[in-house]
Amino acid sequence: MIAELGLAILWMAAALAALQLIAGSLALRPEGRALIGLVRPVAVMQGVLVLVAFAALITLFVTTDLSVKLVADNSHSAKPLIFKIAGTWGNHEGSMLMWVTIMAVAGAVVAVIERRLDEATLIATLAGQAFISLGFYAFLLFASNPFARLAQVPEEGQGLNPLLQDVGLAFHPPTLYIGYVGLSIAFSFAVGALVTRNVGPAFARAMRPWVLGAWIFLTVGITAGSYWAYYTLGWGGWWFWDPVENASLMPWLAATALLHSVSVLSSRDALRTWTVMLGVLAFSMSMVGTFLVRSGILTSVHAFAVDPQRGAFILALLAIDIGGALALFTLRAGTVTEGKRFAFISREAALVFNNVMLCGILGIVLIGTLYPLVTEAYGVKVSVGAPYFNPAAAIFAFPMFAVMTVGPLLRWRKDRLTGERSARTTWPLLVCAGVGLAVFAGVELAARDITILPALGLAIAAALLPASLLPLVGRNLRRTPLPVWGMVLAHAGIAVSLFGMASESAFSVERLAALSVGEARDVGPWTVRLQGIMPVAGPNWTALEATAAASYAGAAPIMLHPKAETFTNPPGTRTESALSTRWNGQLYVVLGEHGADGRWQMRFWWKPFVPLIWIGGAMVALGGLLALAGRVFADLRRFIAKAKIAVRRVDQGR
Amino acid sequence: MSEPMPPAANPPPPASQSPAPFRLGLWLPLILFAGLFGLFVHGLMRPGQTTVASAFVGNPLPQFDLPPAAADRPGLATGAFRTGRPKLLNVFASWCVPCAAEAPQLAALARAGVEVDGVAIHDRREDLTRFLASNGNPYAAIGRDDARVVQLAIGSSGVPETYVIDGRGVIRYQHIGDIRASDVPMLLDKLNAAATPGGGS
Repeated sequence: MIAELGLAILWMAAALAALQLIAGSLALRPEGRALIGLVRPVAVMQGVLVLVAFAALITLFVTTDLSVKLVADNSHSAKPLIFKIAGTWGNHEGSMLMWVTIMAVAGAVVAVIERRLDEATLIATLAGQAFISLGFYAFLLFASNPFARLAQVPEEGQGLNPLLQDVGLAFHPPTLYIGYVGLSIAFSFAVGALVTRNVGPAFARAMRPWVLGAWIFLTVGITAGSYWAYYTLGWGGWWFWDPVENASLMPWLAATALLHSVSVLSSRDALRTWTVMLGVLAFSMSMVGTFLVRSGILTSVHAFAVDPQRGAFILALLAIDIGGALALFTLRAGTVTEGKRFAFISREAALVFNNVMLCGILGIVLIGTLYPLVTEAYGVKVSVGAPYFNPAAAIFAFPMFAVMTVGPLLRWRKDRLTGERSARTTWPLLVCAGVGLAVFAGVELAARDITILPALGLAIAAALLPASLLPLVGRNLRRTPLPVWGMVLAHAGIAVSLFGMASESAFSVERLAALSVGEARDVGPWTVRLQGIMPVAGPNWTALEATAAASYAGAAPIMLHPKAETFTNPPGTRTESALSTRWNGQLYVVLGEHGADGRWQMRFWWKPFVPLIWIGGAMVALGGLLALAGRVFADLRRFIAKAKIAVRRVDQGR
Repeated sequence: MSEPMPPAANPPPPASQSPAPFRLGLWLPLILFAGLFGLFVHGLMRPGQTTVASAFVGNPLPQFDLPPAAADRPGLATGAFRTGRPKLLNVFASWCVPCAAEAPQLAALARAGVEVDGVAIHDRREDLTRFLASNGNPYAAIGRDDARVVQLAIGSSGVPETYVIDGRGVIRYQHIGDIRASDVPMLLDKLNAAATPGGGS
């Protein structure tokens, strides 16, 4: 019953999306003015309906209704409740329903709260959002119905992929999804502004919180995903340049560029065309990423819903949505008037440089991800990895970091680095540059075997961290607006994260050992002794758990418990590493196979300062959150003030 | 929402004032996207090829001369494959469970008139004797490869693996994993193809 209801409601939501598109398009013409009042309520109702449909699917998973094919394929009655709920979106159909849900709810929120933008652009935006949604509704209803029933009800479900039975992972994909789909709102705003040719500060201010929000979720999703891969895969690495990782990184890079150009557009009315282009690009990268992951045209460790037919469907949507938006851009962008001009040394110029470098990195990642596809067209199989990505991305990233030190200190429009401004900007920056040079010289002198990239990374991080705090110098900290705090925190987070990455690749120590119980092995400053192996059991897994006593530089040992887990339904294995975190790094222990001679294979890594990678990522996300909170509070204050004025006017009888 | 917004000031569309090179820049994203789309379509149309063909297929066997591993069979040298007749080269070990599982299939191939030569990896003579006694001995010769030198030189990553070697000592096919009953006709086809000089794939 619930399944049929869910499907019916999904059809109704799709019908409302069609109505939203038609009414919105007609309302933009003079003869359709009467329909203008229809668009917002329809958008809200569509959001509510699809939310109900999604709730229906979650209910089916929670109650383990095995007559529904999706539940039977992806769930199991013995699974913990949290993974039953997470199972709703841990598969293709459910994740697509979640995608449409987020899209429609975001559209509904825009319809309710957005009042600053001129009505025509808003209507065009909502029509654009309905247009994208319709494609995904069609995909759901015709090619991947999540509510399909089974003729024969099975005894028990097929379980969830054991690799996906992890709390971190249960909430990692939805976080990224909210980010991907949040960018669809930016995309729709860009399309709406192109349709009405009204690209200006009001458009940028309407778009900014959505870009910021989506970007925060992407940042959190990428950071959490990287940490998850680090502790659960047992490979000791934190980023593998895997196509799926790249698929999440590319929208983030585009969204980061968009975030900065939107702030230029909203405060200075410059970079109009460029901002619109980035708005289209950011969501395009989300869709390209989704296509790459789902179609299986690239080989990836993550591919869990690979199906060429679905790939063809997503490719068609991609062609219609992105091709259409780009065609609109090509036709209309020439008629968008040029924004305000600015000098070579100005905050705008620094932000443009940052944008170009971010797009450069994006291009590098895109080319590296697609290169195997190109060569396969000629019958050659290649895999592209860190030896390409790291130096190629660094060519763009390091100059960007250098400009990042100075950009926030510059004035809008036109600035000078000499004269009376030198005390405020030039001298502190020279001090920071000196710190960076000193670190570089120190690293090169102390450890000659460190390659150039990590050494440069350490030096730039050391210069960027103090420089990122400079915008606070000379300000009254209690009156500093939240967005400034957000920017400072996010930039400092980049420096912290960069330091962690560079330190990890410069100073990591790896040991592979076959140990009998009682044997010990040194790894960096640690001594690790294997004390015993015990079988343990969980609700739906059994595992071998090692007890290893790790002591740092002769101190009292800490007990670590790396596990090798075995799942029963479906059969599978997973290693769970054990980590010991200190202020100056992390010890990483993995239990491997049991050798024929009775010894246990173990892997140890000592990774100095590696947690800074994710601490930095969290700082970046928190910075975004502060900026968003600042913008939202400011909007609320303005809204309340306006309401008060309106009340006073009524009181005065005007 | 500070002050009432001025009514949507649509800038009058400047019909023909943007210079030509700027226009070209606007076409660029669309052109790039079209290229990307073509690449994706091509990627989707391509039949799924998930197995990686061995890079050793088509290469001659490396030079080796292995001592005998079993009491009643000779050792194995590269020269033994230059007889003009295709043979199977089976990489196995007595301590390997799938190797025991594929023994009936190897026996069937030997009965069909195929000469099967073996390379025993990291093995002891008494273990091997026991293994051959209980699983049958289809091998014409068994070389002893304690240091996995030959195994690595022919690109075998584990046991069991089976190679089709043509009459000139060139590797024509590599089968990874145990031979199932359903693989026997396929291997016979490969052997026939290897018998015709220059033929087969």
